[in-house]
Amino acid sequence: MGFSSTKDEGGVTVVAVDGQLIVGNRQELKNLVQDALEEGERKFLIDFAGTAYIDSSGLGALVSISKKIREHGGELRLAELNEDLRALFELTKLDTLFAIAESRTEALANF
Amino acid sequence: MTALLRLTVRRSEVAAPSGEGITAEISLRLPSEVVWIEEAVELIARHCLAGYQSSSRFRFRLCVALSEALANAIVCGNGEDPTKVVHIRVECLVEQVHLHVTDQGCGFNPRTIPEPVLPDDIENPCGRGLFLIRSLMDQVRFNDRGNSICMTLRRH
Repeated sequence: MGFSSTKDEGGVTVVAVDGQLIVGNRQELKNLVQDALEEGERKFLIDFAGTAYIDSSGLGALVSISKKIREHGGELRLAELNEDLRALFELTKLDTLFAIAESRTEALANF
Repeated sequence: MTALLRLTVRRSEVAAPSGEGITAEISLRLPSEVVWIEEAVELIARHCLAGYQSSSRFRFRLCVALSEALANAIVCGNGEDPTKVVHIRVECLVEQVHLHVTDQGCGFNPRTIPEPVLPDDIENPCGRGLFLIRSLMDQVRFNDRGNSICMTLRRH
């Protein structure tokens, strides 16, 4: 359970969320992205293929991360949301804030 | 961390007058620290699912709403005070579960919490917890003091 970060050949930082993104671990994700921004990274993809659920604190962390990346002139995409996770974004209207791709491949192709 | 969380499960075969007998009652006392939430949700979800037929959406909704309620109880209710605990009681029925989460805070009035549905709310990182609970659960009730929530979720 946790986050793993890799960099693809196109210079995109890909963060995989394994397990949950909730109040107990959201700061870890925010720190991971902040560190990458400070190292000069500007393209981010968060992959939810291994994510069981997200709570409102996790959604809030994504909102904060999105804002921070935009402030640095960067770009954030989300991918691999299952049906339940996508419904959560639609319910909160956050699907209108984020660029959401079906797959990691599709998201990477659009950077 | 699992060893420190004491889950009590009481099984019953006595039918209630409504015809829907409690088949298991789970109770858990949780310290007021958010690091315990993931473990507690996992433990309770496992017991709510074992031996029952439930839709795939049931587990997701249960985990999200319970995680929200526990975060509210620990952070807002108990103020993360280490001397306070959160009480969780779950009635596992054949058709549905009732999740009771009670903190030791002074309570709040749930009617005063606005729903984050305005366009300006989208970029706000906070304020979606209660909205998610109300949206994902079939029924939500609070006690008069406002320090205890009862959430009902049907299995199908």
